[in-house]
Amino acid sequence: MSESLFGATIAGLGHIAKEAGLPPYAAQQLGDWLYRKNATSFAEMVNLPRRAREWLSERYSIDTPGPIKATESQDGTRKYLFPAARGGFVEAAWIPEGKRATLCLSVQVGCKMGCLFCMTGKQGFQGHLSAGEILNQYRSLPERDTVTNIVYMGMGEPMDNLSNVLESLELLCSPDGYGLSPSRVTVSTVGLLPAMKEFLERARCHLAVSMHSPFEEERRMLMPVENVYPLKEVLAVLRDRPLGRQRRISFEYIMFKGVNDSDRHAREVAKILNGIRCRVNLISFHPIPGTPLAPSPRETMERFEQELKRRGVLTTIRRSRGLDISAACGMLSTRELVRLRAESE
Amino acid sequence: MASHSFLHSTSRHVAGAIGSPRLKETEVTGNEKIAPGIYRLTFPRKDNFVPGQTLALTTDQCIPARYYSIASGCNDPFIEIVYDLVPEGTLTPRLVRLRPADRLFVSEPIGSFIDDEYESVWIAAGTGVAPFASMARSGLLAGKFLVQGSRTLAGLYLRGYFSSVLGERYVPCCSTEAGEGVFFGRTTAWLARADLSPEGKYLLCGSSGMVVDVRDILIARGVLFQRVISEIYF
Repeated sequence: MSESLFGATIAGLGHIAKEAGLPPYAAQQLGDWLYRKNATSFAEMVNLPRRAREWLSERYSIDTPGPIKATESQDGTRKYLFPAARGGFVEAAWIPEGKRATLCLSVQVGCKMGCLFCMTGKQGFQGHLSAGEILNQYRSLPERDTVTNIVYMGMGEPMDNLSNVLESLELLCSPDGYGLSPSRVTVSTVGLLPAMKEFLERARCHLAVSMHSPFEEERRMLMPVENVYPLKEVLAVLRDRPLGRQRRISFEYIMFKGVNDSDRHAREVAKILNGIRCRVNLISFHPIPGTPLAPSPRETMERFEQELKRRGVLTTIRRSRGLDISAACGMLSTRELVRLRAESE
Repeated sequence: MASHSFLHSTSRHVAGAIGSPRLKETEVTGNEKIAPGIYRLTFPRKDNFVPGQTLALTTDQCIPARYYSIASGCNDPFIEIVYDLVPEGTLTPRLVRLRPADRLFVSEPIGSFIDDEYESVWIAAGTGVAPFASMARSGLLAGKFLVQGSRTLAGLYLRGYFSSVLGERYVPCCSTEAGEGVFFGRTTAWLARADLSPEGKYLLCGSSGMVVDVRDILIARGVLFQRVISEIYF
């Protein structure tokens, strides 16, 4: 099976062009066909010599599979199921909101981080997505032309698949790729520090850090990553590395009833974020099977929001979307498909 | 066919590996196979550490470092780590070829996965037993109960040691081979039938799949999630 050229960076396409006996500017031509004109075959690339098109066809493919399943929520959110090259599936969600539409895409089949509240973690880890597979969730999205924002907040931990994430970002934001503004893209992380530092150096997109508790012992119970990369070290890095006014740091805070939703928690969140220009997104917990957590009541979330705002922290309550189709935060999973595949094997 | 590397930006990173922390050069003192696909690597201890901590290591600064739990005691003059060979991986096929005196690049110990209670249950799968080995070898054995799982009998690392120091407070589980004194089945199968204290403290270490499955069982059996601390290999 030949390797797909979709997802190759312009530099990579330059190497290919050279091997094919094409001039250097052919890299941009290839990129234009792949990422602007959405070519699905080399035969379509009529501004390349036929000999080169044949050479490419013999060695490479252009794999951009469309979604194999779509589900629509009552609130207009759509969830799509994409196949992954090495088996397995990932989900992506298209979330319309007036004139805006956000695409939430995945970076891994499953996830290794094992957060207590996340359905993706329950299926374990089956593999990384390539840059092409990450990008394909955008390229093959039926509503691609409506997308104004992209968030890497679907299945998987972006910093655990950094090289593919960076390559996908390069293509999303490059004028030779999809040409999106980096200010329209946000990448989330639980805080894998060495990779996060590299992301801050090499990418220009926004960063969203999963906090979920300001207290170390409590965060450890919710997120095993706290054992290796404590939040305080993540904050120290962010405090020491101002990102300028074009890049935004946000902290995601899922609210669990009776666990992390007290006034004491709000005060501590404000305290530890002191000195970091950021915002906090409060998220309602979406219950998943077997997890002993419950969502905070709306009034508790609003009170928490007010407490943070009173202490000078820019705070919003994120509206849950796609709940009825399990597309909301922490709900994406292809666990059942993984189980069925294991049984058939 | 062109090399795969031509398709991607010139980068020292390999798909799926995290960025490396600051590393210092050291020298291998031992590298032995202890079971099919499982190896024990040792090198001099230059930093103090707390049992349960991990460190990153690599054979070459161009190869992204991976994290491993320290398995040796905090007073041992050497650091010991145990690792699984991943044939299709980037680092471990290089690790297995190391010989004494070969150079190695290691980070300072990081993280915190220490058992701070007298009575607790340790649950480990495969090389996930490493942090508990470190705790035990550092003298933190009193009141502990260890459930250790492996696919093979040979993979029950330090089985003899744990049996001698913990006695009946040690339960080895093997999913594919029967052995004397070994529960024949998965760790999860043993836990599903065990008499578990809901107020007990549980420390888990292993792959994400194992940790999530075990945690789900503990919670389903009434253990408070606040009493479950997990260390996941990633």
